[in-house]
Amino acid sequence: MFGLKADWSLDVFERYFTLGDYAGGEARWCPGCGDFAVLNTVHRVLRDAQLPPEKTVAVSGIGCSSRLPHYMGTYGFHGLHGRALPLANGVKARRPDLDVWVATGDGDCFSIGAGPWIHSIRYNMDMVVLVFDNAIYGLTKKQTSPTSPTGMTTNTHPHGAPLPALNPLTVTLGISNVSFVAQVVDWNPPMLYETIRAAHRHRGTSFVRIIQRCPVFSDSFCKPLQEDASRILLLHHEDGIPVDDSVRRLFENQREHDPADWLGAMEIARDSSRVPMGLLYRNPDAVVYEDASARGLDKTNAEKLAAIESALDRFSI
Amino acid sequence: MTTHSEQSGNVVPMQDRGGDALRIPEHIVEIVSDSGEGAQKCGQTFGTISGKMGNGVWTVEIIPAEIQPPARSPAGASGIRIRLGSSRVTNMGDEADLVVAFNEQVLFSRIANGAYKEGTIVLLDNKWASDPQEKIRQQYAAAVAEFQEHGLVVHELPLEEECLKLVANPRRGKNMFVLGMICQIYSRDTDLAKQEIAHTFAAKGDKVIQANHDLFDAGYRFAAEQVPYHWEIPPQETGHGRRMMISNGNQAVGLGVMAAGMELVSMYPITPATSASHYIAEVFDGVGGFVHQAEDEIAAIGFALGASFAGKTACTITSGPGMALKTEMIGLAVMAEIPIVIIDVQRGGPSTGLPTKVEQADLLSSLYGEPGDAPKVVIAPATIEECFHYVILARRLAETFRIPVIMLTDANLATGVQPYPRPELNEEWLGAPVDQSPWDPSVPPYDWNEETGLSQRPIPGQRRGEYVLTGLAHTNRSKVAYDSDSNQRSMEYRSRKLAALHRTLKRPQVHGDDEGDLLVVGWGSTRGAIEEAVDLLRSEGRRVSSLHLHFLSPLEPGLPEIFGRFKQVMTVEINYSDRADAPLITPENRRYAQLAMVLRAQTLVDVDCWSVVYGHPLQPGMLYQAIEAKLNTLNN
Repeated sequence: MFGLKADWSLDVFERYFTLGDYAGGEARWCPGCGDFAVLNTVHRVLRDAQLPPEKTVAVSGIGCSSRLPHYMGTYGFHGLHGRALPLANGVKARRPDLDVWVATGDGDCFSIGAGPWIHSIRYNMDMVVLVFDNAIYGLTKKQTSPTSPTGMTTNTHPHGAPLPALNPLTVTLGISNVSFVAQVVDWNPPMLYETIRAAHRHRGTSFVRIIQRCPVFSDSFCKPLQEDASRILLLHHEDGIPVDDSVRRLFENQREHDPADWLGAMEIARDSSRVPMGLLYRNPDAVVYEDASARGLDKTNAEKLAAIESALDRFSI
Repeated sequence: MTTHSEQSGNVVPMQDRGGDALRIPEHIVEIVSDSGEGAQKCGQTFGTISGKMGNGVWTVEIIPAEIQPPARSPAGASGIRIRLGSSRVTNMGDEADLVVAFNEQVLFSRIANGAYKEGTIVLLDNKWASDPQEKIRQQYAAAVAEFQEHGLVVHELPLEEECLKLVANPRRGKNMFVLGMICQIYSRDTDLAKQEIAHTFAAKGDKVIQANHDLFDAGYRFAAEQVPYHWEIPPQETGHGRRMMISNGNQAVGLGVMAAGMELVSMYPITPATSASHYIAEVFDGVGGFVHQAEDEIAAIGFALGASFAGKTACTITSGPGMALKTEMIGLAVMAEIPIVIIDVQRGGPSTGLPTKVEQADLLSSLYGEPGDAPKVVIAPATIEECFHYVILARRLAETFRIPVIMLTDANLATGVQPYPRPELNEEWLGAPVDQSPWDPSVPPYDWNEETGLSQRPIPGQRRGEYVLTGLAHTNRSKVAYDSDSNQRSMEYRSRKLAALHRTLKRPQVHGDDEGDLLVVGWGSTRGAIEEAVDLLRSEGRRVSSLHLHFLSPLEPGLPEIFGRFKQVMTVEINYSDRADAPLITPENRRYAQLAMVLRAQTLVDVDCWSVVYGHPLQPGMLYQAIEAKLNTLNN
């Protein structure tokens, strides 16, 4: 090509990332676990976006899903139970140049991490939050989670979970400054890919609840949805998640829903007769916290020293 | 009584030095009122003026026990104590010499606290003597009689009446009138005082400044005419020619945070730590920093750890209950070797305890609070000046040793105000920018040095440095360790870092003779009171010395040898211990003060302790008696 410098094109070649660049250690989840599908999809989205691995940070809490950073070739932070979000927010606070991904689960996010969940949605820092929701504690072997349906038998509730499940969609939609709420299932690869890609492209905290198979401990949670696609309500809109015809053909229940319509999103989220799939809500204009927290990164040492001297002046005798 | 006299060099000239003023070396002044009457502002300004004149000063706030205490109640006592002297003052001292009280009821809690002695002068607002309510008039009369019985010298003065000549609501303004009074009584520089008043009310405009200047002048004239005391405390404090400044400990921490190059303070509101973050928030923009008020204490440290992992220098500032919540995160920082500075402004515990009052009771939980073995650095500044420098030290240690550093201050340092030499800033303190150069992939993220346990860490953004930090046991490649050997080895390296740091520390200096009957060992804010008591006993020929520890993990070197040169070693601390002679207590079941427990375990010396938890800073007089009693048992 005319005018193209050879070293520049070489550099581009050198910095082309393949799926392998995003892969870490061999993933160790149970056979049939939905987490594999999510991991592979994340690798593909990263590859397609050509994100430099060294500029990407995968943060997680504790649980099956939170092993994800170990299976990435990027930087990772496998933190504490329920605390993935404060750690991720901190990473982003003064390093807006880093691309932050959070892997968390229904126990990690909606139970022990419920406080940080609420507040991180409100901080709305630019990151993707993938909640792997299998309605069960898997790593600790089958305890009731906040999203376990009433009556689900677990090791802590052998006679069936006594309470109605928490609805993560209505809760998240109800938080001030929420900017992106989507839901998807792990067993539909095109929708999973498009949803995570859209989440990554959104500036703000993109909350994606992934309904995820756990064939070992909570098979009853996903089985009915897999076997009867009419239980799923496919959301589509020109501003929503791109849905191609192959996907459309699978779901008889569909609804055109404008992701700018918060009330419509709440109505869809509240309707327990159908499991929505797609983008419920997006607000590109929500306040992004790092616009405040990362201010002043360009201060020079001379400016800093002058500011400290003037602070000392205030106390000087 | 003062110690550490420094020779007078450039005494600030005073404008109004009455010829009749009596020269005294020091005095303790208290201003006590209902909450919201501005006694603290009055005292702080008085302390600042005195500090600027070159006097030694220590101020301590008297904080009411309730949020909105009823007026005229002992529980509502709000105020301030200012101890000012010719030379350096290092603690709040014993009983007050002069008290200005806005009502009589607030004095009862001070009397109960032992704050006054026979002969303490009380300048009392007499408005209550003519209150329309008979009950109040009776209360007032009864109280005055009781004070006189206690030996207090009460002067009933028409403070309210005088203020009403200038302002409609004396609740706002009486404090400046009183400031004028005490500035006259103690021959303070009126120009300096007016500058301080102007500074205080700068945001409110010239009219408000003028009104307060008028109140000040009125109070000044009133005292000259009506108060039969006039003293002079000639300043000798010069800092050896160095420029001086005056602040409280939390402000010093805030200044230290900036001078240490911190970019992020991540906190959750908790008394008495929060005012440090308030101060930082006020000035942090200047250095491009950010105060994050997190949703809870755990998220606060988590946020800081996230930033630190990403190469940015961060700290969290909290107090006891917050420390308890942060323990899991501190363990993570130890395990994954994430540098972090944690400032704990200690208050009384356990549980909610005494939120506004001082205790040194977080030492053991700082050392051992986490599940598993979690070696970390614990340091304790002893003075307000050290509150500044220790933040810089803490950052450097955290990064060099890739370890959490807990800095223990307390409510006494946090709110105490003292003059100290103005720090000379150093650009190196700000630290280097985040390294984003490519990482040598042959170097693992935990390339532990066999001898020291130290290693360098890759920072996100560094090519080929990608690794996954984890709180799980891990190999030097940060891979989850499924083998028993990795855990044993990594534990050894993390522990060895403390031994490596220990090697670099200097032997602590004994205050007083290197040998004797008793060595008093302290840590943190008690230094001034301990040394004052020890000096007094030494001046009476007693064979007592003191040692003040600044490093608590690792401990400073040479302790067994130093201890061996004294008949007895005894710690003095503000935390709970069983008295040796208390009911049921035997040497077998006695619970020792916290530093004593550490020293006994580490040195195998039979270290005794004396500690109290009254919630107030140690008073040198009380300490004098305790040490004297101990010395008497040793010599019998």
